[in-house]
Amino acid sequence: MSTPALSATGLNKSFGSLVVANKIEFNLPAGERFALIGPNGAGKTTFINLMTGMLAPDSGAILLAGEDITRATPAARVKRGLVRTFQINSLFAQLTPIEAVTMAVCERRGESATWWRGLSHYPEAISEAQQILTSLRLDKVATRTTRELAYGQQRLLEIALALATKPKVLLLDEPAAGVPKDESEDLFEVIAGLSSDLTILFIEHDMDLVFRFASRIIVMVSGAILVEGTPAEIAVHPGVREVYLGRGHHGHAHS
Amino acid sequence: MNASALPGPATNLQTWIAARAKWHPAEIVFWLGCLLPLLPASLLPGFLQKYWIFDSYLQLLSQIAITALFAISLDLILGYAGVVSLGHAAFFGLGAYAAGLIAKFWFTDPLLGLACAALLSGAIGFLASFVVLRFHGLALIMITLGLGQLLAEGANSATWLTGGADGLQGIRAGKIFGTVEFDIFGQTAYIYALMVAFLLFLLSRRITNSPFGLSLQGIRDNSRRMLAIGAPNQWHLRKVFTISAAMAGIAGALLTQTTQTCSLETLTFQRSADVLVILILGGVGRLYGAIAGTIIYMIARDFFSDVNPQFWYFWIGLLLIGVVSYMPNGLLGGLNWLLLKWRRA
Repeated sequence: MSTPALSATGLNKSFGSLVVANKIEFNLPAGERFALIGPNGAGKTTFINLMTGMLAPDSGAILLAGEDITRATPAARVKRGLVRTFQINSLFAQLTPIEAVTMAVCERRGESATWWRGLSHYPEAISEAQQILTSLRLDKVATRTTRELAYGQQRLLEIALALATKPKVLLLDEPAAGVPKDESEDLFEVIAGLSSDLTILFIEHDMDLVFRFASRIIVMVSGAILVEGTPAEIAVHPGVREVYLGRGHHGHAHS
Repeated sequence: MNASALPGPATNLQTWIAARAKWHPAEIVFWLGCLLPLLPASLLPGFLQKYWIFDSYLQLLSQIAITALFAISLDLILGYAGVVSLGHAAFFGLGAYAAGLIAKFWFTDPLLGLACAALLSGAIGFLASFVVLRFHGLALIMITLGLGQLLAEGANSATWLTGGADGLQGIRAGKIFGTVEFDIFGQTAYIYALMVAFLLFLLSRRITNSPFGLSLQGIRDNSRRMLAIGAPNQWHLRKVFTISAAMAGIAGALLTQTTQTCSLETLTFQRSADVLVILILGGVGRLYGAIAGTIIYMIARDFFSDVNPQFWYFWIGLLLIGVVSYMPNGLLGGLNWLLLKWRRA
């Protein structure tokens, strides 16, 4: 087996007596579409925060393409290709999509330190930003102010900003959060259409979407990974059924 | 449909971005208009001559150019990078005293003096940025305020160097390029201040239209997201803080050079607060807001302090409350909003 795009061994994190990550171990092979599921409070967002360096683990190691990044800063991880999006829109309200994405492209290309040349001297950066926006169907609204965009378009811009960094591993924290059902399918179609070189892990509550778009699924419960497998394996796994159906207080059960 | 939205196909994005940095005719008219006060009244038709008052206001106009430059320097950090400072006069005062001390003890070449003042306040600004930029919100405001007070009190007690409350005495006047003297009517002073302010405005305009300027706006809007796309926020901020400090220092040095005086007033909290008020009046994050704010503030001050020297700040207070309540983006922001509305209608 080739080196996993992202992996972790023995990750632990607790806040006082509250354990939010409990001996987390996994391997994400390159190019897979992983879904990370689990009931509310299972530690899914904490998982992303640990991976991206926004939280430091108490113990354990994180490897990106085989290299230890456990102590790398969030920005250094981005430079190495590990990028996230946010569950709650985290955008640049006063910029237009073309400006925001061009800025992210310039940051990646190391051109953001340049203060003596106008932005229009960077046509490659602008056209790369334009391609990203077009691939996410945002080209028509590229010159509107971000805060004027429809909510679903803002969710896509979340992803556009991440793509501008040329990620190898993309962590999507509930990309369709708050998006109506029919629109969230469109949104996942767009995600599914992204380059197959890209390894994607997404958190999602809607089991229809999870089973349609994920090639593998990780189930988390109480800060620990309960099981990892293909959608078919997860669907018949007794532990998962108990978590989602047995306790019966989670609304998105897949039946 | 947003008026700024592109009607044509998306392939025009390059032109759209280039168009954002283009000069608007109104800008060119404005800067040419700044030269009008230099026209001698005798060139005008006779009946207009007695209304031609600009030449007697050249001193005020120089002050406006200098204060506008100071406000632009604050706009770079506040309007574009979101760093609020209540101690920006520290750098203004540093530049003012640097220019004064250089002209007193060392050499009198004004441009070289400006360069030294810029270097000194820029260097101090760079050092200060390591402390200041670790803070956000209220703590940031208090830190900048504290640094400003520290320097003001330092200058006050270092009488041997600064002259203390009496101000710096014995500042020698130099000739610009070794030939042009500062005249008693303030004509040279105005041209000099205006040219320096204009050149630094050009620089600021370039900075705000650059990839760096765009990243600053990103930090202002959402610094957490900037980190998530791998941006070196702290270095971006240190850089703009240094540039801004150097620019404020040049404004201070201009004041010393054009008035041949330098007092503790350049370092006061009042000056820091005034420039913030100016910027908020005019509108942050648009450069011309700094200029518009300065013009309104300085003229209002000149006018109201003639009417009643004690209470002129009452009117500024009233204006400030009015603008902040009804025009959250300042006078220029409000004007822009009206224009957009009118065009859409």
